[in-house]
Amino acid sequence: MAPTWETINVGDELPVLRKKPGVTDLVKYSAGSGDFNPLHHDYNFEQSKLLGTIIVHGRFKYAALGELVSNWLDHDGRIKKISCQYRGMDFPDKELVCGGKVVEKYDENGERSAKLQIWVENEEGKKTTPGLAIVAFP
Amino acid sequence: MAEKFELTDEMKAAIGSESDPWPFEFTTTGIRAFARGVGYTDPVYYDEDAARAAGHDGLPAPPTYTGTPVFIPGRSHDVFSSPVEGQPHIRHGLKNILDGSTETEYLEPITAGETLTGVTRIAGLDVRESKSIGTMLIATTELVLTNELGKVAAVQRSQVIFY
Repeated sequence: MAPTWETINVGDELPVLRKKPGVTDLVKYSAGSGDFNPLHHDYNFEQSKLLGTIIVHGRFKYAALGELVSNWLDHDGRIKKISCQYRGMDFPDKELVCGGKVVEKYDENGERSAKLQIWVENEEGKKTTPGLAIVAFP
Repeated sequence: MAEKFELTDEMKAAIGSESDPWPFEFTTTGIRAFARGVGYTDPVYYDEDAARAAGHDGLPAPPTYTGTPVFIPGRSHDVFSSPVEGQPHIRHGLKNILDGSTETEYLEPITAGETLTGVTRIAGLDVRESKSIGTMLIATTELVLTNELGKVAAVQRSQVIFY
């Protein structure tokens, strides 16, 4: 059931979205986004060697947060704003748990809106990619 | 990693400068490729019938996707696919790049078949210290995407870290 303005409450949690992107998944994201930075697929790239590994695209995690909110809304509401900060790096073949909760319900310019705290958490439970989303309901 | 790094007058002068307009395409193929790259299973981003049944006019742009800038060798960035020609350029000499943060604001729906016009503005440049990577240059840019009706459909603000 898609959430509605009437049924959501501050504190409600979004169903979690789990991802475990391997190198092939990161290559698919590179192709879809056009970001071919070798740091996300080439272990011989200088910056990868410097870090000792390749890393997950920050923008992959951002897009995954978009998917988290899109899945929750189920096309019965729209995203007005979505943001995140890339505070910690994530690595291939590690589980990423995308989560979120409703933190505010309010009227914004006549639109029934809600503010969501969203995040990507790593296997150690650290929120590497916290963010915010503002959604509007019909 | 830069030992000593400071903003030059040339860099400061670049703040506020805007790019030439560049076309950003939202095609069915581009939307499907992005959705597949993220790992969406929602058919609305792949199947036009499912998209219409969900109330869209065609495949909707997935959240955070700002389209595919038209790629032209020599005029586009070979690695990042974004336009280079007519873009504000910051000569900082730093080799490494990381994303700092991203925010996208949506003002109009964006559907497959549209070509939006993107203009990028350098909103700010800052030098900061980080424990893990040392001195870094933080560039804040704003990409404004305008649709064929002349309405701003999306604005994406990005902070990129150079070190």
